[in-house]
Amino acid sequence: MRDGRVVKGVRFRDHRDVGDILELAARYCREGADELVFYDITASPDGRSVDRGWVSRVAALLDIPFCVAGGIRDVAAAEEVLNKGADKISVNSPALENPGLIDALASRFGSQCVVVGIDSHAGDSGWQVYRNTGDPTKTRMAERATLDWVREAQDRGAGEFVLNCMNRDGVREGYDCEQLAAVRDACTVPLIASGGAGSMEHFADVFRESRVDGALAASVFHSAAIDIGALKRFLAQAGITVRPPPGHEEK
Amino acid sequence: MGANVTIIDSGGANIASLVYALERLGAATTLAADPDEIRAAERVILPGVGAARDAMQRLGNAGLCDVVRELTQPVLGVCLGMQLLADASEEDDATCLGIVPGTATRLPASPDLPVPNMGWCPLRSTRESALLEGIDNGTWCYFVHSYALPVSEHTVGVARHDKDFAAVIEYRNFAATQFHPERSSTAGATILANFLRWTPCA
Repeated sequence: MRDGRVVKGVRFRDHRDVGDILELAARYCREGADELVFYDITASPDGRSVDRGWVSRVAALLDIPFCVAGGIRDVAAAEEVLNKGADKISVNSPALENPGLIDALASRFGSQCVVVGIDSHAGDSGWQVYRNTGDPTKTRMAERATLDWVREAQDRGAGEFVLNCMNRDGVREGYDCEQLAAVRDACTVPLIASGGAGSMEHFADVFRESRVDGALAASVFHSAAIDIGALKRFLAQAGITVRPPPGHEEK
Repeated sequence: MGANVTIIDSGGANIASLVYALERLGAATTLAADPDEIRAAERVILPGVGAARDAMQRLGNAGLCDVVRELTQPVLGVCLGMQLLADASEEDDATCLGIVPGTATRLPASPDLPVPNMGWCPLRSTRESALLEGIDNGTWCYFVHSYALPVSEHTVGVARHDKDFAAVIEYRNFAATQFHPERSSTAGATILANFLRWTPCA
């Protein structure tokens, strides 16, 4: 999200406008999404926080959980978002700059509210964490190995990880199942796969091969290339247990 | 449906979504921490996010422990609010309200059974229930918890982690859900609507 609209980029660059927040949120909820994540990508690089007026409107509309990410740098900012009705907050760059933020958030709100988002890049020196990925001019390597950061963040109280595999973001060639499986083995909190979904098979692959608890996607849903209801029926047929879309409960 | 619900303001953070969910059902909601206001309520919801000991301390500081124990109107505990109704919780060895028998125990964690148990799980009904009326067996609800109450005679619905745990309980005028009905889609709305029209037989 940027300035109240939903945008989507390719490999974190060239963000295009894809629609109004509430409209899109209602559509995904109706189609059977299990959870929505709202990223304010402009927040961290500019050193400012999200404009949070929309959080209350989303909370009033949705009857599924949602998470807010972007520029949450302290307990007070997290409290504001949670009080407006968000179920979780996700921290990324601010947690890398100040890992104690994770401890502070977990002790105040409980680990279940504290998602740690990780932008991980597969390069010559293995899986490395990047920060400030919302702005290409400010993105930099955080000098941490991804698996080390996962272990540290869990010890500090992270209640969930969203692992975004940067090499795969927006390019629709499939999730990085190998990296996700390694992170799965390194933690005992829920793990959500992000980055790379292009086909329904990609979702089935990541659930099977990486044993993730959820799969996050943006491009394929925003463009309507994949319908959430159809995806869930496909996964159920592939033997992966999913919540049926509302109104399509099968006994 | 014109119901009036008083939500105990215990300082948790999931109150907004609960208020919105009740408003979508046409109920009027009031947040209250005042003993007299809570005693006079038509229906009471005890929410809760965070740690059991902190939550008990906040109830104690507000002089609400006995108030909740003595309520005779329909009461719904949600998530941690369910565990607060029990005898105790293993979480920081907290003593809870002791209204419903049982002690909440920690869910075991592994890469294949992550904790917190955070996400959608199917419910299985174990006996006839006012809260689960119209809810099909196997309906999915949204859970967020690291502790759970064991299945007991007061359990009306279970869900599974490493083993079955109590997902819904009903005991006298007290009912509770370990999941968040306010975030459990149309099924959650049905369960909240059932609570709004519930007349427990004392």
